[in-house]
Amino acid sequence: MDVAFKRPEALTDKVTHYCPGCTHGIIHRLVGEALDSLGVQEKTIGVASVGCSVFSYEYFNCDMQQAAHGRAPAVATGIKRVHPDAVVFTYQGDGDLASIGAAEIVHAAMRGEKITVVFVNNAIYGMTGGQMAPTTLVDQVTTTSPRGRDVENYGKPLRVSEMLATIDGVDYLSRVSVHDPKHIIQAGRAIKKAFQSQLDGNGLSLVEVLSTCPTNWGLSPKESLKWLADNMGPYYPLGEYRVDGEVVKG
Amino acid sequence: MGELILMKGNEAIAEAAIRAGCRFFAGYPITPQNEVPEYISKRMPEVGGVFVQAESEVAAINMVYGAAGAGARAMTSSSSPGISLKQEGISYMAGADLPAVIINVVRAGPGLGGIQAAQSDYFQATKGGGHGDYRLIVLAPGSVNELANMVMDAFDIADRWRNPVMVLADAVLGQMMEPVDFPEEIVDPGALPKKPWATAGMKGRGHQNVVNSLYLHPEECEASNLDRMARYKKATEDETRWEEVQLDDADIVLVAYGTSSRVCRNALDQARDEGLKVGMIRPITLWPYPQEPFDRVAGDVKAFIAVEMSTGQMVEDVKIAVNGRAPVHFHGRTGGVLPKVSDVVKVIRTAAEGSDTE
Repeated sequence: MDVAFKRPEALTDKVTHYCPGCTHGIIHRLVGEALDSLGVQEKTIGVASVGCSVFSYEYFNCDMQQAAHGRAPAVATGIKRVHPDAVVFTYQGDGDLASIGAAEIVHAAMRGEKITVVFVNNAIYGMTGGQMAPTTLVDQVTTTSPRGRDVENYGKPLRVSEMLATIDGVDYLSRVSVHDPKHIIQAGRAIKKAFQSQLDGNGLSLVEVLSTCPTNWGLSPKESLKWLADNMGPYYPLGEYRVDGEVVKG
Repeated sequence: MGELILMKGNEAIAEAAIRAGCRFFAGYPITPQNEVPEYISKRMPEVGGVFVQAESEVAAINMVYGAAGAGARAMTSSSSPGISLKQEGISYMAGADLPAVIINVVRAGPGLGGIQAAQSDYFQATKGGGHGDYRLIVLAPGSVNELANMVMDAFDIADRWRNPVMVLADAVLGQMMEPVDFPEEIVDPGALPKKPWATAGMKGRGHQNVVNSLYLHPEECEASNLDRMARYKKATEDETRWEEVQLDDADIVLVAYGTSSRVCRNALDQARDEGLKVGMIRPITLWPYPQEPFDRVAGDVKAFIAVEMSTGQMVEDVKIAVNGRAPVHFHGRTGGVLPKVSDVVKVIRTAAEGSDTE
């Protein structure tokens, strides 16, 4: 009997700790499928960041390093420069990448480090219990913006892809979403393209994935998917921002 | 003995690292250590190694974390304020059992302090610096030649104990020129023992390697810390180093490391000329701290005098080592000022008379 659907080789069989309805599981799978389809699992070294994906080294079936908060692009730089033929990726949330690690991602991009960054943006700090992130939407209620994010004190949310699209060291850059099957398929294609860009050796590749956090958003899994599409979608436009090192949007 | 080369301390550090098989360096500009990255930026491509000027001290140490975890001999260098920023990465490397070499060409502090030589990072280097239950193995050179040879040893020590090693120099050692006698052997990084724990891709291994310092259960974190402490105990037995100067008949024992030990050497000679029986213990490893020479002489001497370029940091370890068996005096200058030979001689005279010098 032919196997029609199975766990990617690049994922372990461990049960994840993610909350019900969280889209990390889907995104892990997309990364695993990309590594499988490119046949690079055995030469891949991933970097886990700090946040909900902190334990991703338990779920990705490849060599992994755990990085300090925000430092994954620096750690990945060290790895990739030592093993230039390896496939090196970071898996980072928005608190990690857009806040404490803003310097590291900008400078890895500037240097054109030949790494792939999977940037999971759910507009909140998940692991620590739902605090405001640089990506939290205006008026969005979090545990540290109980009256909603106010522009007077915190400005408007940081659009990471638009910012990084201005940096010439970035070869491939795309923002995708995983709120429905169509977008999940598009997200999978973008992630594979990002890894292919790394294999081609032309610079940094990054996919920003709009993701949910039902627990900290205080919504059901189903409501979360809709909230993502209705609220994050308009502020964070989907699409490819850089392809083959050229700006195509933003 | 090989050919003697006249070298600036910072350049000797850089050349020694390359001769020791270091093939990854990440750093950030800060005075008084700039010749280290400058020299390496020129030299590293000649041996097929990597030099990265990082965007920050924080990024530099985390690049070293990645490179060390990937199996390379890796190093970063900085000076005091920059070393403060590196503490995050140092703690993570200790937690993940990663060997690497960190050079601190110490300048005065706190804050921006000044660019002149100081020894006021002793606490930071030997008592933790970063968060958590770990130690750094800390080496303290007293000359440019010793500094160069020590940097080479530091890579072996780091690999042996899978722990970061710090070489604690200072602005005097980094900036002055002295003859260097490098070992004949130049390390071929390809010939070094393999690191089966390193992340290099699973190919041929069949299972993943994970470089990590996170534990969900406190018992696992405790077990990891206790394993590290067991290694530290063995490292204490194997790696502790010190130099004794005219200790056999000494009534007064100076205790000093690095640049201040050179001042003390002159003070010792002058005091000996005056007929005072002075000796010196020069700790070469600041952690582990050399307990043995103190145990041997503490019962027979009149007093110990710790001399430092700080307001008194190592003196606390001298007191622990002496453990009440003799008075411990202190003389220090701070802020980048060097102790004077004549002042140290005065302190020796006072201690010899049995008065309190403090």
